[in-house]
Amino acid sequence: MTVRRPVTRLRPRTVLLAGLVLLAVILVAVLVGAADLGWQRVLGELWAQLTGGRSPLSEREAAIVWQLRVPRVLLAALVGAALAAAGATFQGVFRNPLADPYLLGSSAGAGMAATLVVVLAPAATGWVQPAAFAGALGGVWLSWLLGRSAGSGTATLLLAGVAVGAFLAAVQTFAQQLNTETIRQVYTWMLGGLAVSGWHEVLTALPYIALAAVVLCVSARLLDVLTLGDAEAASLGVRPGRVRMVLLAAASLATAAAVSVSGLIGFVGIVVPHLVRLLAGASYRVVLPLSLAGGAAFLVVADQVARSVLPGELPLGVVTAFTGAPFFVFVLRASRGKVS
Amino acid sequence: MSRRFPPIMLALLLILAGCASHAPDQDSTAAPDTETTFPVTVGSVTIDRQPTRIVSLSPSSTETLFAVGAGPQVVAVDSLSDYPPQAPHTQLSSLSPDPEAIAGYRPDLVVTSADRDGLSAALAKIGVKTLVMPDPKNLDEAYDQFLQLGRATGHQAEGESLARQTRTDIDKIIADTPKPARVPTYYYELDQTYYSATSATFIGGILGRFGLKNIADGNDPGTSGGYPQLSAERILQSNPDLIFLADTKCCGQNAQTVGARPGWSTLTAVREGHVFPLDDDLASRWSPRLVDLVRAVSDAITRSQ
Repeated sequence: MTVRRPVTRLRPRTVLLAGLVLLAVILVAVLVGAADLGWQRVLGELWAQLTGGRSPLSEREAAIVWQLRVPRVLLAALVGAALAAAGATFQGVFRNPLADPYLLGSSAGAGMAATLVVVLAPAATGWVQPAAFAGALGGVWLSWLLGRSAGSGTATLLLAGVAVGAFLAAVQTFAQQLNTETIRQVYTWMLGGLAVSGWHEVLTALPYIALAAVVLCVSARLLDVLTLGDAEAASLGVRPGRVRMVLLAAASLATAAAVSVSGLIGFVGIVVPHLVRLLAGASYRVVLPLSLAGGAAFLVVADQVARSVLPGELPLGVVTAFTGAPFFVFVLRASRGKVS
Repeated sequence: MSRRFPPIMLALLLILAGCASHAPDQDSTAAPDTETTFPVTVGSVTIDRQPTRIVSLSPSSTETLFAVGAGPQVVAVDSLSDYPPQAPHTQLSSLSPDPEAIAGYRPDLVVTSADRDGLSAALAKIGVKTLVMPDPKNLDEAYDQFLQLGRATGHQAEGESLARQTRTDIDKIIADTPKPARVPTYYYELDQTYYSATSATFIGGILGRFGLKNIADGNDPGTSGGYPQLSAERILQSNPDLIFLADTKCCGQNAQTVGARPGWSTLTAVREGHVFPLDDDLASRWSPRLVDLVRAVSDAITRSQ
């Protein structure tokens, strides 16, 4: 082991391991929840569903498992996968380790749109999700337009994202100040959480996140080329501007879908891709698929904490930061020297 | 008194009043209409003369002020004070009060539910007294505020009789409500993300007097300040006998929307039609209209028998 060859291909063993970890985490989350049903009885229910046998659960307990717990766990996995993969993509496109999925105004756009719905049409609760989705995409689109009009390159785009984010956040704060009585509803949404989630949310988010995941994994090689620099990429026959646009569009689509169903959940998009890089290698052909699995597992665990530590719910965004940050520092220290 | 003076005279008077520090002179035109003799001390605040220009920044206090007969003395109420309809509605904010905007109404007494952002200190600088009427912990504290607001505004007798009457009415409604053999459980919903109120809160205490058991209590009703966010799983597992919705106005919830939530159709309360919408405003205030809230709860319990 004197020469470390960069890992550019996923080894079957790694894929198997990641898949097993994710499955195990999901199974535990389904067996143990806020309602104390007894994990053996939930296991019995799962077995009964598979084999067509008799379930030990009552109708209401079965509803807790199938209508509340399973969709919530799956939604956590979806949102985590989306945010982690989007974060990895943003870090690659901007060649900045601190980039996160909200960098281009998607969080501010979603926050503004959600606040406007809460303020202007408080009874139309069903509109918050579509509005947040549209707002997130709108924020990114504005940043893209502004960045392109100011020049080419990632630096102007980044600055445009900062400007758009600040502006939309200001609009949101203004709308909120005019209607302070709705402040708690907006605040609850901003902190992020999956307290109210069902199959509807899972099915709403799934198509966008699945599409984005496929696009990102297929273009992972292009992202590897981009990290060499624009000139180098062009000499290899890659058009950096075009590739960046496709990658950012896919990552933003995934982010918008995640934000609309779960509110703002920070830290997943930064921590998970870096953990994957430290543990498995820096090539995006490795980082992107493993970020999908790692982000899913991380958020399922975080939501498990959010719904079971207190008798009530904890905001999921608080849990991800509280557990993610120390773990991240630990891994950074343990792998001293490996990070360039 | 201000109506009899031309505006210019009034302005002059105000300037004079602002510059010189007069000895408290007796107000000859607006004679006290009750037996209250000023100065009175309410809590830590001493009020020298009967207030004639009151600004209320608390919807509950606005209702109480009008109920004790101090309505004509009220010159402005905050943006959330929507009852009674004749209250002088303004855009003043009670959550982030602006002392300058409040001073614009030239108040001699400001009533608020919380002394936010150093409001009382700022108003003291321009010689305006601030009366804080905080969220009560129980009905006794709410009745006590009727007395205090009556005394502070020169309507002591009305305040006393209002407190007495409200107490009598509420006690009677509760006593007349049938007591079921088995203690019913209830879930009290504050918004559609399942924020609830435990027995340790003002509203939880009122529902507790009907002999109901709150599913949000858990081991410690004091957690999360009495307002925890429950998980849907726990609500379904608790299977409450009654569901009270205090999010009908804010969030458009009703028996239909509750029944349509995933898994909720398995609840006994939903199946038997024991989901009861309440008026959000009544349920979050502590005014004489508490009688209406208590009556609504009593009706719900009676119907669910």
